[in-house]
Amino acid sequence: MQYLAPENTADAVALLSKSKGSVHVLAGGSDLLVRMKGGYVEPDVIVDIKHIKQMNGIKKTADGFIIGAAVSCAKLGEHVALRKAWPGVVEAANLIGSDQIQGRCTIVGNLCNASPAADSVPALIAANAVAVVHGPKGERDVDVAKIGTGPGKTSLKKGEVVESIRLPARSAKSADAYLRFTPRTEMDIAVVSAAVNLTLGAKGVIKDARVSLGAVAPRALLVPAAAKAIIGTTLDDAALAKLASACSAACNPIDDKRGTVAYRTKVAAVLGRRAAESAYARAGGKK
Amino acid sequence: MAMLVSTTINGDATDFSCEADETLLDALRNRLSMTGVKEGCGTGDCGACSITLDGALVCSCLVLGAEAQGRSIETVEGMSDGEKLHPLQQKFLEHAALQCGICTPGFLVAAKVLLEKNPNPTESEIRYALAGNLCRCTGYDKIVRAVQDAAAQMRRA
Repeated sequence: MQYLAPENTADAVALLSKSKGSVHVLAGGSDLLVRMKGGYVEPDVIVDIKHIKQMNGIKKTADGFIIGAAVSCAKLGEHVALRKAWPGVVEAANLIGSDQIQGRCTIVGNLCNASPAADSVPALIAANAVAVVHGPKGERDVDVAKIGTGPGKTSLKKGEVVESIRLPARSAKSADAYLRFTPRTEMDIAVVSAAVNLTLGAKGVIKDARVSLGAVAPRALLVPAAAKAIIGTTLDDAALAKLASACSAACNPIDDKRGTVAYRTKVAAVLGRRAAESAYARAGGKK
Repeated sequence: MAMLVSTTINGDATDFSCEADETLLDALRNRLSMTGVKEGCGTGDCGACSITLDGALVCSCLVLGAEAQGRSIETVEGMSDGEKLHPLQQKFLEHAALQCGICTPGFLVAAKVLLEKNPNPTESEIRYALAGNLCRCTGYDKIVRAVQDAAAQMRRA
C-alpha cells in the first residue's frame, strides 16, 4: 500500500485519478481504518487530505461558511460563530462517536461514507449545504443531498474529492436543530434522526423551512411535504400534526436490530416534530 | 512500502519506520516498545489506545503511523514527572479505580484532556467525556470518583 499526502487539491485529484486499484481518501480515518481492520477494504493507495491548506479551515464569508473537508468535528464544536449560526449542524456533527472520534472525524467523511444513519447528513441537507467537488474535469458544486446514493455509495466519480462544504449565510430569525434516537446517549448509531432548518418572518410566522430525516431510507431524505406543512404557520398544533404525518409518510426504512419498520416510521414523526419545535424556539419563535 | 516518520513523543524528538498501512498504535507498541498504549478493540470503540495528537484526543488504532509525521504525540508514559505520579494516576490508585488495568492508560489520557479543558467538571460531564473509554471490570463509579478527586486536588495546586 502507498500512503500519499498531497499539499493541494489539484495534486490530490491527480493522484486519485491516476492511481490504480483500490484508492481511498483519508480524512479522519474513523471509517476507513475500521474497514481496513475488518478486512472489508484493502487499499492500494491512500490519499491523506489533511496536509491540504484549502481543506483545513473554517472560513466565514459574506455568503456563509466554508468548512474544509479535513476539519474535525471537534473543531466545528469549538467554532463560536458557526455554532451560533448553525447550531443544528454543529450538534449533529458533535454527536458522532466519542471525544476520541470527534478529534478525527469530519462531516465530509460522514457524508462520503454514505451511511443512511450518518448524523451530520440530515442536518447538512436541511441546511441546504453544498459540497464543493474537485475532479479531473474541474470543480462542481453538488447539493449534499445528491452525494449519497445508497448505503456506502456516492455519486462521486473516479478522481473526485470533496474539498469543502458551503453553508449559506444566515438571515436573522433563522435556526436549525438535529435530534436522533439511540438506546444509549453516547457512542451509538441513530435508529431514526431528524433535522429542521427554518426562518421566521413577521409575527413568528415560518417563512421558509427544510426538513430532513436520517436512518429511515437507503439515504438521508429531504422531506418537502414536511416543510410545506409548517411554512406559513406559527408552528401551531395542526401544523405540527401535518409535519408529523408527512415525516412518517416519507419513511422507507428497514427492519434491523436497531428498530423495526413500524417503530422507525412512528419515531420519525416524533423527532420531526421535536426538532421543529427546537429550531422554532432557537429562531426566537414564541409558543 | 516502508515509511520513515519523524515525530515528537512526550516531548522527545523520535523517529520510527513503519509500513504505510500500519496503525500508530502498532508503531508505538511494536516499533517503539511504548506498551502503555493498549489495544482493546482496534476499531475506535473502547478508547484503550487513547493518545493525544497535536493536543487532540484520538484513538491511536484509527491513526496511521505515517500520519504522525511532524506531529506531537502524548501518551500515558509522559504523564508522570519522573517518579512523581500525575494527580490522576495517584487518585486512580487511591480510589482503586482499576482492576486488570488494560483500560487505565486510555482513561488517564482522556481524563487529562478533559481536566485541561474543564478543571471542574460535573459527574455528568465526566461520564460524557469518558464515554469513549470502556472498562470491563471495575465499573465506572470508582473511575469517576478518582477523576473528581484529582480535579479537586489540581484546582488547589
